[in-house]
Amino acid sequence: MMATSKKILEQEPSEIEMLLPWHAAGTLNARDARRVDEALARDPELARQYAVIREEYAETIHLNESLGAPSARAMAKLFAAIDGEPVRKPSLSVSLSARTSEFFARLSPRTLAWSASLGAVALLLQAGVIGAVLMKNQTGSFQTASLSLNEPSAAPITRDLSSSVAPTRALVRSAPEARIADITALLDNYQASIVDGAKGGMFRLQFGNKAMSKDEVAGLLARLQREKIVSLAVATP
Amino acid sequence: MQVLYGRHHVRVFRFGLRLVRDEQVAEDLISEVFLDVWRQAGKFEGRSAVSTWLLAITRFKALSALRRRKDVELDDEAANAIEDTSDDPEVAVQKKDTSGALRKCMTALSPEHREIVDLVYYHEKSVEEVAEIVGIPENTVKTRLFYARKKLAELLKAAGLERGWP
Repeated sequence: MMATSKKILEQEPSEIEMLLPWHAAGTLNARDARRVDEALARDPELARQYAVIREEYAETIHLNESLGAPSARAMAKLFAAIDGEPVRKPSLSVSLSARTSEFFARLSPRTLAWSASLGAVALLLQAGVIGAVLMKNQTGSFQTASLSLNEPSAAPITRDLSSSVAPTRALVRSAPEARIADITALLDNYQASIVDGAKGGMFRLQFGNKAMSKDEVAGLLARLQREKIVSLAVATP
Repeated sequence: MQVLYGRHHVRVFRFGLRLVRDEQVAEDLISEVFLDVWRQAGKFEGRSAVSTWLLAITRFKALSALRRRKDVELDDEAANAIEDTSDDPEVAVQKKDTSGALRKCMTALSPEHREIVDLVYYHEKSVEEVAEIVGIPENTVKTRLFYARKKLAELLKAAGLERGWP
């Protein structure tokens, strides 16, 4: 029987082989993800190639995150140009509900299931934190709401992997077969909390509140990688 | 618009910068992209994610900017400027060599290979979304990334690094 991966480079790559990068990025649909998982389990050569791809994946994120951000000049230029435009009613918000439905429809079942599961855990954690803060800081004063680009909702979507700043954080992708109980146990075992969610089933976890040495971080990541329900763990600020 | 800009401008900038390799041009690019979004918001029909739409506009404008420039081909000076920023002194010594070489070779890929690697790995775009952004068939997306990776392996091998594939 022919192996899934092709040893002779001149040959055309197999379909599964070509899907590996999307599997590493977590953007395959459930059917293709299952096909790739099965192929990886039976083909060591393919698994070796997948390990190389995961390295490329992590370094691509490092490389892009190292590019920095645009200066305020770009934003000033944009809004000056917009001020110079004829008055119009921006209709980007049209059919918001339709686009929300579309967005969820586009997520693979695996991503959707994971997002929902981890979202639920994150909500519980947030509820606990908010409750604790409210209990601690009941002062009777109030603040008005206002839009600020410093708010998390307006924060740029990036994928930091570059510098290591205390406390220790990691981007973690879970295996498709993981259940919510497994995730909860993992969070407990590592004293971790979810600080951010992202597309593709990748979540940012924070481990405790103290900085770790490089050796400790490396050990932590190695332990995480050995966890049955973790398919990828990389350090992140 | 402020919220949209706030959430997406960094990724748009980085995608543009990887294509045009000039920070000034990339900054001008994002202003043009979001101004286009402001002007054409009514045309966005929600068939794709907002980020996919933004990246497609960015790519179009970056290619237009490149056509206006004479130095379209890889400029060693520009490449070095980008790769230098990717050096991370905190990376462990052994890992550092491999990582640094890998990132250096990534910057040496052709523009069409660079963009597909970035779209899949960094911007987390599916096969269908990359096809939409780049304007090529889905099968071409898959083979193009495969050959981009193969090229990367060749560059690494030339630099003396064997990774076990191919």
